[in-house]
Amino acid sequence: MYLIIVGGGKVGYYLSKSLLAEGYEVLLIEKNPRRAAFLIDELGADHVWVGDGCDSSTFAQVGMNRADAVIAVTGDDEDNLVVCLLAKRKFNVPRTIARINNPRNAEIFARLGIDVTVSTTEIIQAQIERALPLRSLVHLLALRRGGIQLVEGKVAPGAPADGRALRELGIPADALVVMVVRGDQTFIPSGETILRAEDEILAVTTPQSEPVLRRLLLGA
Amino acid sequence: MRIVILGCGRLGAYLARRFAQDGHEVVVIDREREALDALGPDFPGETVVGMGIDAEVLRRAGIEGADAFIAVTGYDNTNIMAAEVAREIFGVPRVITRLNDPLRAEIFQELGLKTVSPTALAVEAIRKCLED
Repeated sequence: MYLIIVGGGKVGYYLSKSLLAEGYEVLLIEKNPRRAAFLIDELGADHVWVGDGCDSSTFAQVGMNRADAVIAVTGDDEDNLVVCLLAKRKFNVPRTIARINNPRNAEIFARLGIDVTVSTTEIIQAQIERALPLRSLVHLLALRRGGIQLVEGKVAPGAPADGRALRELGIPADALVVMVVRGDQTFIPSGETILRAEDEILAVTTPQSEPVLRRLLLGA
Repeated sequence: MRIVILGCGRLGAYLARRFAQDGHEVVVIDREREALDALGPDFPGETVVGMGIDAEVLRRAGIEGADAFIAVTGYDNTNIMAAEVAREIFGVPRVITRLNDPLRAEIFQELGLKTVSPTALAVEAIRKCLED
């Protein structure tokens, strides 16, 4: 599998290193010649290309049309978008993956056809929410179309969901509880399932219905 | 027409004043307030401070009812992203993108953006001067 990574900062460097260690064919594109010299020393000249990753002549030279995936991890959202748009639309690369800094760009990138976005801000936020007992649903995954999110939460004691069947809760039509973890049991609930405090819930929901779901499950 | 212009450098400011003179309703966005001062105290249009690749900033600039969006910051990729957002997310009917890199201008033109490359235009003009 041939992977092209654009942006040789810390993320691009460590990502290339670990993907190389796993046996992938990796080419890292970096435009700053001084940074590229360091990368060549560390990763080897075969795995680094000095050039502008937003420049289609670079793309032609590195054989973009045979890449299985392009991963854009520069520090600028707009640069990552342009890399992925060129890869997708001009070179028909099957998978395009972009790092984003502004979480709100996830939806925009998805609508413009970028396959996957990774938001470092959101990952850190999710970790913090998991570590701290905040009264909110943790965002696990943004699905590609329609802004649907996979979220996680724990039923709070005394919340509307505590001791009631899912069917009675009045969960909006565009939200669905897909999994319940209770102690060491994991199951897919039906309308008859009665939730209890401390149940861990996985649900899919649109952003519009998330506040309702949060209120029903967490009571806040 | 209601025209939203992103980037208030020399080109953006000149365009904004020109369109306002022609009687258009003009909104100019720049991430720096000082840049917007270049429009002068008698500029009849509106100004918004913010990043033009942020959908929220574009919304504040009234992109939803705009007839045209013109992205003319000095950064090609910023212009491309803002233009794609204007076109694909907000459905602005006329979107024009300034790209310094003639090659990138050509490619994104192929991919459906209306692009203008000052570099390519200048090269053409200078070549003409030499031929005359």
